[in-house]
Amino acid sequence: MRKLLKYMKGYGKECTLGPLFKLLEASFELLIPLVVAGIVDIGIEAGDRGYIVKMCLLMVLLGIVGLISAVIAQYFAAKAAVGFAARLCHAVMAHILRLDYTQLDKVGTATLITRMTSDVNQVQNGVNLTLRLLLRSPFVVFGAMIMAFTIDVKSALVFAALIPVLCVVVFGIMLITMPAYRRVQQKLDGVTASTRENLTGVRVLRAFRMEKKETEQFLEKTADLASEQLRAGTISNFMNPLTFAIVNIAIVVLMQVGAVRVESGILTQGMVIALYNYMSQILVELIKMANLILNMTKATACGNRIQAVLELPAKKTAGYAPELGGKVEFQNVSATYAGASEPALAGISFTAYPGQTVGIIGGTGCGKTTLVNLICGLYEASEGKVLLDDRDIKFLDQKAICQKIGIVPQSALLFAGTVRDNLRWGKEDATDEEMREALRLAQAQFVEEKEGLDTKVEQGGRNFSGGQKQRLAIARALVRKPNILILDDSASALDYATDAALRHCIRSMNPMPTTFIVSQRAASVRHADLILVLEDGQLVGKGTSEELLRSCPVYREIYSTQFGQEVAQNG
Amino acid sequence: MADKQKKSAVIVQILRYIRTYWALVCLSLLLAVVSVVSSLAIPVLVGYAIDYMIEAGKVDFEMVGLFLIISLICTGISAFAHWLMSQMNNRITYRVSRDIRNAAFRHVQKLPLSYLDRFSQGDIVSRVIVDVDTFADGLLVGFTQLFSGIMTILGTLLFMLFTNWQIALVVVLVTPLSLLVAKFIAQRTYDMFKAQTAARGRQTALIDETVGGIKVVQAFGHEDASLEAFNLSNEELKKTSMRATFFSSLTNPATRFVNALVYAGVAFAGALVAINGGITVGNLTSFLNYANQYTKPFNEISGVVTELQNAVACAGRVFELLDAPEMTPDPKNPASLQTVQGRVEIRNLSFSYTKNKPLLADMNLSVSAGQKIAIVGPTGCGKTTLINLLMRFYDPDQGRIYIDGVDTQEMTREDLRKSVGMVLQDTWLKNATIRENIAMGRPDASEEEIVEAAKKAKIHSFIKRLPQGYDTVIGELGGDISQGQKQLLCIARLMLCLPPMLILDEATSSIDTRTEMQVQRAFDELMQGRTSFIVAHRLSTIQEADCIWVMENGNVVEQGRHEQLLAKKGLYAKLYESQFAH
Repeated sequence: MRKLLKYMKGYGKECTLGPLFKLLEASFELLIPLVVAGIVDIGIEAGDRGYIVKMCLLMVLLGIVGLISAVIAQYFAAKAAVGFAARLCHAVMAHILRLDYTQLDKVGTATLITRMTSDVNQVQNGVNLTLRLLLRSPFVVFGAMIMAFTIDVKSALVFAALIPVLCVVVFGIMLITMPAYRRVQQKLDGVTASTRENLTGVRVLRAFRMEKKETEQFLEKTADLASEQLRAGTISNFMNPLTFAIVNIAIVVLMQVGAVRVESGILTQGMVIALYNYMSQILVELIKMANLILNMTKATACGNRIQAVLELPAKKTAGYAPELGGKVEFQNVSATYAGASEPALAGISFTAYPGQTVGIIGGTGCGKTTLVNLICGLYEASEGKVLLDDRDIKFLDQKAICQKIGIVPQSALLFAGTVRDNLRWGKEDATDEEMREALRLAQAQFVEEKEGLDTKVEQGGRNFSGGQKQRLAIARALVRKPNILILDDSASALDYATDAALRHCIRSMNPMPTTFIVSQRAASVRHADLILVLEDGQLVGKGTSEELLRSCPVYREIYSTQFGQEVAQNG
Repeated sequence: MADKQKKSAVIVQILRYIRTYWALVCLSLLLAVVSVVSSLAIPVLVGYAIDYMIEAGKVDFEMVGLFLIISLICTGISAFAHWLMSQMNNRITYRVSRDIRNAAFRHVQKLPLSYLDRFSQGDIVSRVIVDVDTFADGLLVGFTQLFSGIMTILGTLLFMLFTNWQIALVVVLVTPLSLLVAKFIAQRTYDMFKAQTAARGRQTALIDETVGGIKVVQAFGHEDASLEAFNLSNEELKKTSMRATFFSSLTNPATRFVNALVYAGVAFAGALVAINGGITVGNLTSFLNYANQYTKPFNEISGVVTELQNAVACAGRVFELLDAPEMTPDPKNPASLQTVQGRVEIRNLSFSYTKNKPLLADMNLSVSAGQKIAIVGPTGCGKTTLINLLMRFYDPDQGRIYIDGVDTQEMTREDLRKSVGMVLQDTWLKNATIRENIAMGRPDASEEEIVEAAKKAKIHSFIKRLPQGYDTVIGELGGDISQGQKQLLCIARLMLCLPPMLILDEATSSIDTRTEMQVQRAFDELMQGRTSFIVAHRLSTIQEADCIWVMENGNVVEQGRHEQLLAKKGLYAKLYESQFAH
């Protein structure tokens, strides 16, 4: 949490002035009981009306000054808290964008989203309250005690005894309730996850008629949440009545002591009244302080979680940002996922020259996607070297590489906006001409039948079919006319005709990009200049289709299951 | 005005939820009265005690002691009643918010997919979770402080009127100011909170999208642009948040100021009356203490009002979700399917996602029981839509689908879906154990049956290799499970429940061909005697189909067996040849 304070920088003025004005307001409040004591002991005793008028006007004046300082303080506090939260949120987003795939897999996007929304929010509230109350409450509590000492040391001892007792009660209750509230939070997280899941999986859940069961489970979770909330509440509900009782007991003691002191002439009636008033002030402030500390601990917990996200190692940002010629070389590359026991890829070597087409084929989970992600530097090789134009990718700027490679990921994810907005992902300053060209190459002319480039895209591209999404994702990659193009199983939702037309169009591009086609279909890769056959992370075949049909049994099997035995034999 | 109406409608709806707990509410109100009355007595008693300590040598210890003991008793009663009241309030609040969440969840289950497909999921989640939470907070504060606040005001006022009406008048005259200030601030902040909530909703949706799709963001080097888009919404939130936070935080100082005015007024009037001997100094002390007690609830109430405003705004968003029209209900006397034969008839079927762009137009098809139908066609031709209609995820604009002669709209959706098993291209698994996922369609399946299904789907050996085997929780696998493996799990799910009809929408698109071949054998066995609809791009997998529907632009343009269609040399032949094309 402490490290987060750096996002407070620039709000130094607000952070100092806010509490300062709060203190000012509090000191004016502390003067009031003295003024009242004066009214009783001097004004009423002597029947001095003029004095009473003067004192009351003084009270109004103190009120006005107090109001002004408070408004200023609230303004500064709000400004600092909101500004801090916005900056923090920005920093977290910027950091998340720099995390590499390994980290993203490990943390999970759902967690990251919570950090950025509800956690940042809690921190903002915490900072706001802290700036407003952190100095004020203790100041009033101890100020009231000191004022009591100036009136009468012996009576003030009641204050001195009261404050520690109150502190023990207040903080004791808080200590007990904090873990209880943590459990409440966990239960709430469960309810959130359940809600989210029922939205993402709605088709499957409905197809399997899980509505009733899911609802039952949800009801169970909310019932759990409610009882956990009640458990936490039962303890924290002691706070107010208990402090109220303690302060009132202290008042009774104070009155008893005061009675003795008045009897012996040490105190006046007015002084007893002043002491009584100070006692009341302490109670009010102490409860505020307890709430504040509760909020602060909550905010700190959230802050720590945010801090943890910010401390995840980010990708290096520096590095040489080259133009890409299109040569890709793997030298004995292995890659292991975080936490996995076996490498996803082991000892891969090959070279692809500019303009060549490389087909990558192999079974489910054999490491095809890992391989292409290594080309973009989205994963790092645990062993061996990935070279782009003979330069080790380790020394290149990963983001710059991604901006030059055209990739069509396995899941064709589009973003809310228009088709135009989505194509701009590929090339920020693309003209309408270039975009239409890309759509044509990607066989995505269907948008022209809608509203063309202005066709609305909903979140995740939900308003398009799987194949349409994939073609748009392909257009997005083509619009930047990349020198390296990666199609990660991107044609799986395309029919063969579209798939073939697409491959034909890519070959017609000038200059033709070095193209990596990841596929399950032998038809998609069999005309490639180089085919890599993967099985369980190992490279079991490398060559053209004809060579592999002769030398690689795995390839031969894939080929024959798709084209039939005869074709395989005749090649 | 319309806004105001909407607000009161929301409040009426909230009250409907609270009504269930009317007994608790009554008890809570009763306890509030007890707690407030006994706590109000204390300043009076202390005031009396002060009156018995006039000056040196003139202190009546007996009377002082008596009043102090009574005030101790009052303290005890008040504290206990207060605690009990808080307990009641917690019960009411947490149960009401639980009820609302449950209602929202139940409602989501009944919302048509046409709504869910269109609405941002992050937004719905935020309504069910964050908004209900904020609402509960507001409700709790409202219950705890609003009523006892009003009680305190009334009680104090009564006492003051009885003791000395002139001083009470001062208080009463200044009071409207306090109310005015509170009302003014509350009104201003309601709109600001609404703006803030809306801005936050937009930001949450954006975060959801960006972080959810972060791998694509990175693969395109789109980080800077995404960050910029985020900054825009962040700035907007900052602006609305600043206004809402600042203005709502004015409530306290403003009411505190009115408080100070009342206090000064009482001191002034009280002192003057006291000089004339109208009241004692002890009376004045209780008066001053009351002046504090009297204005404090105003402080609280205005704070509470802001919270309540916020709560109402949030509740409004939840109710908006609850008010979204549900799917057409299942018929009252649904036609039931006893043993499903699997005869399917599609008559005059028309459908469009957007009103003016028809997708399926006047489609007529029929399938005899047990037939294996393959649906092929260029992407976007309406294959998935047809399946959406078959499963009644969407309802057609016109026309009907009949199963065994029964209109699917005449049966319950549950009955329909029970008879149709489905594997989709989008593999979705529940974040539960692998066992639970496979047994989704048949939770009562035995361990052997589950393992058998997994074996048929060729995923058993993968599961066995996992450290926790069938008890592995899907979410914990992260990147260790591929798209294809997920698809195999979905297939295992289907293999277990063996429904009389099947829909396989690109069910094997992510699986490698060798595994697919093996799964295919199990599929063939499964499809034996079951009406099946298969959407696939690999034409090799559908050559055995009894009938192939070739779709284009929302219509079936060719149908027949593989050889017949090839001989026709139409669209199908073109599609088929292209898979060998260079």
